[in-house]
Amino acid sequence: MKVWHFSEMAYHPAWPQLGDSYRVIIPSRLYDPKIGADLYHRYLDEWALCDELGINIMTNEHHATATCSDSVCTIPMAILARETKKVRLLALGMPIGNRSDPIRVAEEYATIDVISRGRLEMGFVRGVPFEISPANTNPAELTERFWEAHDLILKAMTSLDGPFNWEGRHFHYRQVNVWPRPYQQPHPPVWTPVGSPESAIEAAARGMVIGVLNTGWVRTPAIFEAYRSKAREVGREPTPDRLAYMALIGVGETHEEGRRRADQILGYSRTSGIVAPQFANPPGYVSPRAAAQMLKAGGAMGARATRVQTKDGRPINPRTMSVDEAIDAGLSFAGTPDDVFDQLRAFYNHVGGFGHLLMMGQGGLLNHEETVTNLTLFSKSVLPRVGELAG
Amino acid sequence: MERIQIGAVSLEVLTAGEGPPLLFLHGGDYFLQNRDFIEKLARHWRVIVPRHPGFGQSERPDGFRTVHDLAYLYLDLLERQDLRNVMLVGSSLGGWIALEMCVRCVERIGCLALIDALGVKFGGREERDIADIYALPGDELLRRTFFDPRRAVPDYARLDDAEATAIVRDRAATALYGWRPYMHNPGLRQWLHRVRVLALVLWGDNDGIVAPGYGEKLYRSLPDAKFELIREAGHYPQIERPDEVVDAIERFARAEVLR
Repeated sequence: MKVWHFSEMAYHPAWPQLGDSYRVIIPSRLYDPKIGADLYHRYLDEWALCDELGINIMTNEHHATATCSDSVCTIPMAILARETKKVRLLALGMPIGNRSDPIRVAEEYATIDVISRGRLEMGFVRGVPFEISPANTNPAELTERFWEAHDLILKAMTSLDGPFNWEGRHFHYRQVNVWPRPYQQPHPPVWTPVGSPESAIEAAARGMVIGVLNTGWVRTPAIFEAYRSKAREVGREPTPDRLAYMALIGVGETHEEGRRRADQILGYSRTSGIVAPQFANPPGYVSPRAAAQMLKAGGAMGARATRVQTKDGRPINPRTMSVDEAIDAGLSFAGTPDDVFDQLRAFYNHVGGFGHLLMMGQGGLLNHEETVTNLTLFSKSVLPRVGELAG
Repeated sequence: MERIQIGAVSLEVLTAGEGPPLLFLHGGDYFLQNRDFIEKLARHWRVIVPRHPGFGQSERPDGFRTVHDLAYLYLDLLERQDLRNVMLVGSSLGGWIALEMCVRCVERIGCLALIDALGVKFGGREERDIADIYALPGDELLRRTFFDPRRAVPDYARLDDAEATAIVRDRAATALYGWRPYMHNPGLRQWLHRVRVLALVLWGDNDGIVAPGYGEKLYRSLPDAKFELIREAGHYPQIERPDEVVDAIERFARAEVLR
């Protein structure tokens, strides 16, 4: 199993000044670039440390938000492509349905792949609903645009004989000719985050690696099973390396220390969904059936509120979730190295195995020293044991 | 539910009344709330109300992506049903469709009535002519849409699944046609001189989505138009003040006949 360290590079100093939205409408005067510079450097230092610790690196992006100050996932990756030498670099990823220029995405990814000498894993994401307003893309066409961009990027990376023509529904080029071509042939591994069995099936049909985030103990098994079943159906062996699961991980010398770290990292989960309701479900973003249920239930926020559940199916309020609840829900593995490994193994067996652990080793207010200790302890005391997991 | 076939496209349609033809093009939301208005129109006209492609239970051919497609579709409807001297009425998004029809061809259109129509850009790039309905908090959106939201807005919790699905399809289709450029065609203004029919521009005096000042600019941009405010009405005056709106359209049509 490969382990990846993920942080959203939160700009948490603004959090106390935000009201009922942490996204879309918050004024950027609440961002102090001097503090922001310090934060960027410390988060990059933590990722650079991963190269020594044997933990791979994962970035993502969000827009117009204080929960994630990484608004271009390829920028930290470009820095880390040179600053690191060994570990792999996963951008999960680029919201290609929201970007206006897929060719630029192909160029960014190919450049990072070459500079890193073939260590890039490229993620293509549809993006959460509140990314629609910052990009001003048509929510009713998002899925279609996502797949067209996906197809174009892969063709652009793998066409080595000069320009080709692309006159699609959403993207138009007459001379597609991407330089550099990627280091990995035919192209870097392709990932996509999924949150439902339906989207897992689409990814399985194309052999993509799926990153499953925040779905927990109750919702994850059906997603992995849908993927495995579809992969077999189309003649692809669903090896564990096609499946990734994200967990918030706090490791300590004692139960209390590990849980205290997880509690701070949970600042991510507690703030991530705070968004003014009008941005939570743009029309056309979800299926008519799902949207109709939201309409009758009084909006998208009600539907989002029941997404996190305990093992026995009790809904948990993500904004006030305790460490115990997060562990119960399978969102967090926390405590001593033994605790973390035992929780990981139980989850692994429950969902039928997976090949990548996306470790949120920093989140919320967890400071630099604590993050370094957390990652180091994980590397020393948990990482050597992940090979014990079957599969 | 009735259906109407226009070439290969099958649409949900409401029809009512006898008399000269009136084609009503609805706005982006609150389709069912137009019933009272339609019944009152039906005392004077044979009223045809197609639910736009992608809305309600109307199918949307994959290639239908813009208001231009809707304009050509309804011009086809007039031809295929051999309708002549049609009273064309459009509310909000439907007003935009009506304008796009008229700049193309007014051959079968007798008169045009626009009710709080969208579709034209008057202000500069940093001015917002049309409120961003996708960024307004829900309660403010209702206050801007209706003079009295409590009377106009349905209780969504009581809808059955089919009704709720129809409404979310209306909203998704509105986004599809109107998301970007936002609820307008940047090129439409330069062709408004082609709206060569007598037009009545009606506007809710409390419209907080598209202010009455926009309506005044619109009617001044048309070759031959009148402007009338509907009191105590928001963006959908025909829902909140159906008697007044039908009366205004009927007076307008009668005056046109006498001209």
